[in-house]
Amino acid sequence: MSAAAIPAHPASGGPAPVRIVVSFGFWVFLLSDIVMFSALFAAYAVLHNHTAGGPTGRQLFNLTHVAIETACLLFSSFTCGILTLCAEARSKIGTYLAAAATLVLGASFLGIEITEFAGMVARGAGPSRSAFLSAFFTLVGTHGLHVTAGMIWLVVMLAQIATRGFRPATMRRLRCFALFWHALDIVWVALFTVVYLMGMG
Amino acid sequence: MDDSNISAQDSAPGEDGSDTFAGLTKYLIGFGLAIMLTAASFWAASTGLIYGPAVPIALSVLAIAQMGVHLVFFLRITTASDNTNNILALAFGILIVTLVIAGSLWIMSHLDRNMMPIDQMIQIQR
Repeated sequence: MSAAAIPAHPASGGPAPVRIVVSFGFWVFLLSDIVMFSALFAAYAVLHNHTAGGPTGRQLFNLTHVAIETACLLFSSFTCGILTLCAEARSKIGTYLAAAATLVLGASFLGIEITEFAGMVARGAGPSRSAFLSAFFTLVGTHGLHVTAGMIWLVVMLAQIATRGFRPATMRRLRCFALFWHALDIVWVALFTVVYLMGMG
Repeated sequence: MDDSNISAQDSAPGEDGSDTFAGLTKYLIGFGLAIMLTAASFWAASTGLIYGPAVPIALSVLAIAQMGVHLVFFLRITTASDNTNNILALAFGILIVTLVIAGSLWIMSHLDRNMMPIDQMIQIQR
């Protein structure tokens, strides 16, 4: 192979650009995170009938709240997409507005979830009541922690954009954040189906 | 294999090289489909119209469809050759998830069926 042919066909050799490597690595991390969630889902699926005489899902869940939570998270996934587009177009105002919408929607989701959890604990249906509730709080709580981490991450990204602008490194982190946020929505789809909708049925 | 047919580089998950307008269109389509599937899920769970034992199956189908919509329109996973790495990682992830969930349910249901009821076990231990 002649030396001149190498730059013309980057696919034929040499490392991929950092942007690709970082996103792919983060994609693998997200899949491993989903594997962790699958273990929690399996635990919930095994234990969901073991209520130890305590309250069942049908008595505890409020489908209206779950529908609002789902709408918040789905819409925040959309605003996160707008955020990516605005950042690609290097629009600071657009990025801030989309990020603000994402943060407000994420916070509303968390607010409803925390209120729900606090209400359940106050009714004596805390995680120590039954195997069903232990599995429920672990599964839903882990997802809630991920949402919290995502919101902190987004605030840090906004600070980086505000102080340093759209640097390549910042853009890579922002893309990873977008992947993380979309993946959380996928986990929530499984969660509201398996835990709430099937639990009510 | 003809190298000229292969795109210059792989594409990262979450981006497919479309411009702002095409990108926005994809997010809008994905959002619309996701809303319809979510609404269908909540309807299927609360309506009495569907035969009871079929509801969980309907919900599973709707959930898997919605995850597909999210993967394609939000995470921008495609079947193009520049996405082979992403697809392979995804396929391996799905394999592990299936093994963990199906395997746990299968083993635990057998344990449950073959185990002696707890009151009988206590009697034997006395």
